Amino acid sequence: MEGKKTPLYEEHEKLGGKIVEFGGWLLPVQYTSILAEHKAVRTAAGLFDVSHMGEVWVKGPDAMAFVQNLVTNDVADMIEGQVKYTPMCYPDGGTVDDILVYKFTAEKFYLVVNAANTDKDFAWMNQQLGKFSVTLENSSPSIGQLALQGPKALTILSKLTTAPIAELGYYHFLPEVQVAGIKAIVSRTGYTGEDGFEIYCPIADTPVLWEKVMKAGQEEGLLPCGLGARDTLRFECCMPLYGHELSDKISPLMAGIGFFVKLTKDSFVGKEALAKQKAQGLAQKVVGLELTGRGIARNGFSVKAHGQVVGKVTTGSVAPTLNKHMALALVDAAQAVVGTELAIDIRGKDVSAVVVKKPFYKRGQ
Amino acid sequence: MKNPQELKYSKDHEWVKVEGKNAVIGITDYAQSQLGDAVYVELPEVGAELTAGDNMGTIESVKAVSDINSPVTGTVLEVNEALNDAPETVNQEPYGKGWFAKVEITDLASLDDLMDEKAYEAFVAKEAEE
Repeated sequence: MEGKKTPLYEEHEKLGGKIVEFGGWLLPVQYTSILAEHKAVRTAAGLFDVSHMGEVWVKGPDAMAFVQNLVTNDVADMIEGQVKYTPMCYPDGGTVDDILVYKFTAEKFYLVVNAANTDKDFAWMNQQLGKFSVTLENSSPSIGQLALQGPKALTILSKLTTAPIAELGYYHFLPEVQVAGIKAIVSRTGYTGEDGFEIYCPIADTPVLWEKVMKAGQEEGLLPCGLGARDTLRFECCMPLYGHELSDKISPLMAGIGFFVKLTKDSFVGKEALAKQKAQGLAQKVVGLELTGRGIARNGFSVKAHGQVVGKVTTGSVAPTLNKHMALALVDAAQAVVGTELAIDIRGKDVSAVVVKKPFYKRGQ
Repeated sequence: MKNPQELKYSKDHEWVKVEGKNAVIGITDYAQSQLGDAVYVELPEVGAELTAGDNMGTIESVKAVSDINSPVTGTVLEVNEALNDAPETVNQEPYGKGWFAKVEITDLASLDDLMDEKAYEAFVAKEAEE
């Protein structure tokens, strides 16, 4: 198998992780069981190696204005120490990537991008430099990242730091703290729908941090978690995954994350196209489906209405917390109404499904 | 988990327990561990006539779909309906309660292509290396 290795590759092998290639990286899809790891995050805590994620520094007097032009969400009202989730679009409204924006100061932002998109994103950002007085630095190769997720995440992390993480609000971060004696950025963010933290540290320190967090979480039932659980966790919360629910062909409006597109902003890349999509109505939308017949929908399967193909499954799986078979699918807008009965072509057999509300799972409900 | 000695094994990682002219079929411990948590099974129809190698159903895990090919030629007598509600049994007891189907063998020669436990272990070791 070919691919880049994170600083934790040897840890994953030691723990019996089943290694797969994902976005050019060799990472564990699971250690013991996707379902057990999924449940650990919902009920206790899970630790993910997300060192493959890309990080780009934006620095300079125009940093804020540059980011504001680059992404669809509004970063002008961000305070220092705040994080925002945002799509980043092409002029035609298609999605370059969905990213996290960390505001350190008005002149210093940190952008966290999807691993497989890092090079593409960095090139795209460079093309948008224009008149902005900023410098871009792709620091991905020198940064490791762990995601500690689940209702016990705070208890576990509190054992390793004196920093005020309990008071840290959702989607806020501490720019420089010590965790287990290691200098880190800690944000209260995640991709699982649970409370949790994402911890960025120098790549060389990542194995020690991993080991210390694993040890600290022993009594809380912390499990190391792979990409499989990461996918089912985000899927239940209907968080888009780039390449599935978002792509250069699928705009954030089509993906149903229009909340993160602020058309009231002065100008940004993709604004005109997105405003037009909104005014004219969308041709296709990403919907949630519950399979009422037997089977599991997989990425790429056709979705049908009255025998006609009206869309495609973007992600399909069992939703472990609900114990139901669910799917996300990009379908014609006419079918994208809750309660609409559709069918999914599962290897030549039409299996019935119904459009349901997103997300499938919400914490505390 | 040790592969039982009294069983026969296919290259598709199914096991066969020959009982007179009948064969009980399931997937091996290696197969279930490669597949991961089983979340859905599709069993064959009772009465279906199968030639060795024919698709007789599927087991799906969270991430993957695995076809179950009949390791023998015969007619399906019985299927393990309990797997519909508890597919995880395939992971927990691959050689016991996780059995898949029972087939009446109509061509005994179809058993000749199967491996004994020793040969299967060597086959798995070679596959795991690759």
